[in-house]
Amino acid sequence: MSNIPTELKYATSHEWVSVAKDGIVTVGITEHAQDLLGDMVFVELPDVDDSISTGDDVAVAESVKAASDIYAPVSGTVVEINEALEDAPELVNSDAFGEGWLFKVKLDDASELENLLDADGYASSIED
Amino acid sequence: MTNKTVLHAKHLASGAKMVDFYGWEMPINYGSQIEEHNVVRQNAGMFDVSHMTIVDIQGIDAKDFLRYLVINDVAKLTVAGKALYTGMLNEEGGVIDDLIIYFFSDTNYRLVVNSATREKDLAWMNKQASGFDLTIIERPEFGMIAVQGPQAKAKVAELLTPEQIVAVEGMKPFFGVQVGDLFIATTGYTGEDGYEIIVPDNTAEDFWQKLLDVGVAPCGLGARDTLRLEAGMNLYGLDMDETVSPLAANMAWTISWEPTARNFIGRDVLTTQKAAGTQPKLVGLVLTEKGVLRSHQVVITEFGQGEITSGSFSPTLGHSVALARVPRSVKVGDIVEVEMRKKLVKVTVTKPSFVRNGKKVF
Repeated sequence: MSNIPTELKYATSHEWVSVAKDGIVTVGITEHAQDLLGDMVFVELPDVDDSISTGDDVAVAESVKAASDIYAPVSGTVVEINEALEDAPELVNSDAFGEGWLFKVKLDDASELENLLDADGYASSIED
Repeated sequence: MTNKTVLHAKHLASGAKMVDFYGWEMPINYGSQIEEHNVVRQNAGMFDVSHMTIVDIQGIDAKDFLRYLVINDVAKLTVAGKALYTGMLNEEGGVIDDLIIYFFSDTNYRLVVNSATREKDLAWMNKQASGFDLTIIERPEFGMIAVQGPQAKAKVAELLTPEQIVAVEGMKPFFGVQVGDLFIATTGYTGEDGYEIIVPDNTAEDFWQKLLDVGVAPCGLGARDTLRLEAGMNLYGLDMDETVSPLAANMAWTISWEPTARNFIGRDVLTTQKAAGTQPKLVGLVLTEKGVLRSHQVVITEFGQGEITSGSFSPTLGHSVALARVPRSVKVGDIVEVEMRKKLVKVTVTKPSFVRNGKKVF
C-alpha cells in the first residue's frame, strides 16, 4: 500500500492538495500515481499567473512509460511553480509529497477544498 | 495461464515490479528503469530472458531447410558457433519473426526466437519442414540470462571455470560456445559488450545469485526496451510484424540475395518490392526539445505520412528518440514533423541507431 499522508486532500485523478495557508495551497501528484507512471523524464508546468479551473488539464507528467495529464484539483491563480523539476523531474518519483510538488495556487474559493477526498477516501478510490 | 521463468522467485527477492509480458510474468523494473538503463551503459546489468524460445534443428536436411526458411543464408556459416541474425517471412513477404541462428554443424543449428510469437513460429516451422529429414526440438529446460555492459565480460569471467574462460577468450561478436553446462554467446540487445548465457533450469537461480554477488545489477524489461531502442534494434510487434516487409524494417541487410538459385520463402515478393523501390523505410528520429516520441504517432514529411514504430526517452542522450517508418524519399538530415499531443513538433531524421558502446553514434 502506498503512503497517503492524512493531512492532505486528494482528487480521484491522483493529485494531492495541501492545507491552505493564507489562501494558498500546494499541488502535486501522489506516491501511487508516480509509481504507476514510473521514472519521470519531463514535467510541463503551468505558468505563474495562469488562472486555472477545477478539472482543467494544466500540467503534464511525462515518464518513460507515458505522458499523463495533470488536472487542476482546485480553481484559482498559479502563484509559484516548482522550477527544480526542470532539471530534476525524478524528484516527483523520490519525494512525491515533498520536494516533488508541482505548483502553488491562490484559491478562488477555499470551500472548494471540501469537495476533495481525505486520505481514507483516496485510499479506497485506488483499491482494485 | 501465466508462465513464470525459473528465475521468478529471484526477481521477487530483488523487489521487482512484475508485469504480464505476452503471458509471462516478467520484471519491468526493480525500482528505477533509468538507473538500470544507466548501469548497463556504464557498468554491468543482467536480464532474465528465459521466456525466449530456444529451438534446435537437427538432421541431414537441417541446412537445406534453414536456407529455405529464412531470408539470410545459413550457408554463410562455416565456423562452429557462428551466429546469424535474420527474419522468417510468410509467403506474402511479411515478417513472422526475427531470430538468431547459431551454427554448430550442417546438421545441427540452434534458433532463438521471440516468446510472444512462440506458437506461430513453431507451427510455421513444422509446416514448412514437411518433406525435409530433420527434427525440430524446443528446449524449454533452459533459462537464459543476458549480462550486458562494459564490465559484463569481466564480471562473468569471475564465475567461469578455467575451461570456460579459455573457450570464450577472444571470442568475436555473434559467436556462441557450449562449455560445461553453459552455452555462452557474444550476442545481446543493448548495444553494449556482453554475453547471453543459456543455463540449465536446475542451476539458473544459483548462477543468477552469483552474478548478483559479483555486482551485476538486475534489470527489467523497461530498461531492456530503452537500451535496444538507443541501439536501433527492432522489437517484433512494434517495428515489424507479419504485415511489414523486411525492406521496410531496416532488415534488408539480413537478406542474402546471392546465390540467386537459392529459393527462400518470400523471395519472389521481396524481389518485386525491391525492383519497384516503393517500400517505406525505417529511420531514426531525434527530438532535442522537451517531450517524448511514442509508438503510433504520425510523422508528416513532404513525401507523405509515416508512423513512429517505437519511441521513448533516451536516458543516455537526455532527450527522446524514435524509430519511424517513413516514405523512402525521406533522407537522413531532413527535418520532419511529428504530431504529439495535439501539436506538431520538428524532429531530425537520422540513421536508425543512436547509441553504441555508451557513445552517441548519429
